[in-house]
Amino acid sequence: MTVIVTPKGAPAKPVAKDDSMLKQKAMMAAHYDRLSNAPETGDKVASTFVPGNLNELIMCFDLLNNLPEVNAIQSGLRRQSGAYVLEAEKIGHSEDVCTYVKSDIGMMAKGNIGPNGRRLPDPDVLLLSYTGCFTFMKWFELLREQYKCETIMMHTPYMGDGKITKNMIDYMVKQLKQEVIPTLERISGVKFDIDRLREYLKKSSKAEDDLVRVLQGAKSKPSPIDAYFGGIYYIGPIFGAFRGTDDAIEYYRFLRAEVEERIAEGKGPVTPDGDMGKEKYRLVVEGPPNYTNFRQFWKMFYDEGAVIVASSYTKVGGVYDYGFRHDPDKPLETLAEYCLGVYTNRSLPMRIDMLANYIDEYQADGLLINSIKSCNSFSAGQLLIMREVEKRTGKPAAFIESDLVDPRYFSAANIKNRLESYFQMIEQKRAGVTAAA
Amino acid sequence: MATSVNGSAVSAIVGRAQALFDDLSFTTARQWKAASPDRKVVGYMPIYVPRELVHAAGMLPLGIVGGGDQLEVIHGDAYYQSYICRIPRSTIELGVSGRLDFVDGMLFPSICDVIRNLSGMWKMMFPKVYVRYFDVPQNYKDEIGGSYYVRELEELLHDLAGLRGKPITEDELRHSIAVYNENRRLVRQLYTFRAQRPWQTPAAEVYLMMRAGLVLPVEEHSVLLRDYLTAAADEERPRRDNCRVVLTGVFCEQPPLNLIKSLELAGCYVVDDDLLLVTRWLTADVPVEGNPLENLARAFLHHSESTAAKYEPDLAEKGQHLVRAVRRTDAEGVIFACPSFCDPALLDRPMLQHILKDADIPYIAFKYAENSGQMQPIREQAGTFADSIKLWSGT
Repeated sequence: MTVIVTPKGAPAKPVAKDDSMLKQKAMMAAHYDRLSNAPETGDKVASTFVPGNLNELIMCFDLLNNLPEVNAIQSGLRRQSGAYVLEAEKIGHSEDVCTYVKSDIGMMAKGNIGPNGRRLPDPDVLLLSYTGCFTFMKWFELLREQYKCETIMMHTPYMGDGKITKNMIDYMVKQLKQEVIPTLERISGVKFDIDRLREYLKKSSKAEDDLVRVLQGAKSKPSPIDAYFGGIYYIGPIFGAFRGTDDAIEYYRFLRAEVEERIAEGKGPVTPDGDMGKEKYRLVVEGPPNYTNFRQFWKMFYDEGAVIVASSYTKVGGVYDYGFRHDPDKPLETLAEYCLGVYTNRSLPMRIDMLANYIDEYQADGLLINSIKSCNSFSAGQLLIMREVEKRTGKPAAFIESDLVDPRYFSAANIKNRLESYFQMIEQKRAGVTAAA
Repeated sequence: MATSVNGSAVSAIVGRAQALFDDLSFTTARQWKAASPDRKVVGYMPIYVPRELVHAAGMLPLGIVGGGDQLEVIHGDAYYQSYICRIPRSTIELGVSGRLDFVDGMLFPSICDVIRNLSGMWKMMFPKVYVRYFDVPQNYKDEIGGSYYVRELEELLHDLAGLRGKPITEDELRHSIAVYNENRRLVRQLYTFRAQRPWQTPAAEVYLMMRAGLVLPVEEHSVLLRDYLTAAADEERPRRDNCRVVLTGVFCEQPPLNLIKSLELAGCYVVDDDLLLVTRWLTADVPVEGNPLENLARAFLHHSESTAAKYEPDLAEKGQHLVRAVRRTDAEGVIFACPSFCDPALLDRPMLQHILKDADIPYIAFKYAENSGQMQPIREQAGTFADSIKLWSGT
């Protein structure tokens, strides 16, 4: 029998959280309880993905939104994913493929216990929003095989040429009108009401405004937030089951006020060890984080005074900082546009543009790539991204490697060494600039 | 028909195909292009592109399937982490080493995230080359996916017309459809012949015939296929007591030729496979009359191969193509050979295995890379599989 030994995280010291984090945690917990209560309440459940999450539409049919990626993340954070991944490999899944998938499959095999310690319900429908990640298609085929439930394919074309064409929008709107909506009507027994969708979209837009203000708060010096590690808390509600709700509007209004207060007070981000010390390095990060050692990973940054001022990962569930907002005046088209625009559906040149812009706009010291072993959507091409961004901005870039939720691929010493070298590189670069001046 | 030094027509034909396979500088395609100043070459990667459009533009569609086991990858590794499959790094190597410097356009089909992202890398690295990520619908209804696909074809056609400097006519398209129909008929004929008499058409030879179709003009390839079919039927070869297998998972990164040979040496006749699917992606003739793009779209939606890169909307139909391939070719087992780190093949594999298990079809699985060198473990595994089928299949 293989035993996975996961390194212990930070010492058992109380974790500092600001009020918005506590609020977010309560929202997520309430949602998991709603899911666990579904067999009793009779609520029906739609499983779907974060990129291309059609939450407003799902709510139109009174369906509960369940996100297997988020479940895998929760398993990672709770150090359960390692056993789940092994379980999936034991039943025939390759060691080479996405560990979100294997964590999800392994969790199912072991009773489908969610982060609240209660069983998650079987989905009534799999809404396969095929957006920006090939694995999604196979993932839901695998789940369909298990659950034998109805599966709806919603195909989002890739922005290979860096633009959204009329053909793409037409294709997606047709899928919504002729496939997605009629099937959801049939499964839920609820008739589609476009005005109800418009109401939700209006609410989404309000929350999106505040989210953008929060993330752009990181342009201040010092940055009041960590836009990667902290950012993951901030995106939770809007990338999940809350976009389009009053709860999301309230949460993002609250969060924005909190961030503006920190800016006014000249404070840096709140970390699990309390307020961060002096800001020494401002970084842009590309790629998802590691979740099995999340706090340990974050600590490697804030201990050195490094703050992440912008990240691509916080755009996987929607890119809002270039002006896109869900538009109630064109409800179906806006859903299509949203799916098309998510970060992982953008071409490699678009990703490079975005990262290089972030370095300039947020006055960052450089780019750090956390390359994920089992995520080809993000990882394939990142070495070219690194070189291009470095070339364009003149700022140093660095590359570390880990995995999403497989603890076998988190090597703390290796990552720490690379980060320390990177921070030295930034110092040398600064010294060079100062000397040249 | 030419004969080789040892007098065998088959050897001569296979020798030519082997030379094309070995030539990592694509000399034949270069010569084709050099023959006229207005000629252009458009490369494409697995799994499928409508080559008819490129042909109709008077251009040579050139299949690029990585560098194989004879290409030393020096620069390509600097672009990829160790956990990315091999085909993009050797393709980059082909590009940066100048082996593709005569290629005017590159098409990157929708197969996986690695090839998808490679399209963007190609744009950055080779800015003078026409590059297109070629998306295909995952919705198979004419009025939804079909309509989207026709517009995509129109865009590609428009771009190719721009590349050659004049519009492509419907008649040109119809002619190209007819030429490719003929080619696909010959490919299907060869696959049928092999399923009937695999000892006459070794898997490695059939593979070389298909590979030749990636670099030769389609008309020449059809001649080659016809010659090979005749020669292979004429030349009696010893029939071995091999078992009959379907080889699957090999649709993108190519297995080394030695791997294919090793399977037969180990006692497995390959009677069907999913190698180089582009050569037979469309499973029926495309109508020549009517709107050519709509015809190609309908063929894609309703008469095309099933593979991991395509969504299967019907749960009951999932994987049945493999069961049907086994029944059609009278195969006794399935070999899953998947490239390391290949998302489509490896994620699909457990589902296909469940289906084979339900259908009581034996299988084995292993992984490879295009530059795998050690065939002994594969030979042992395939040999044991063949033995087990021979010894135990009746019990």
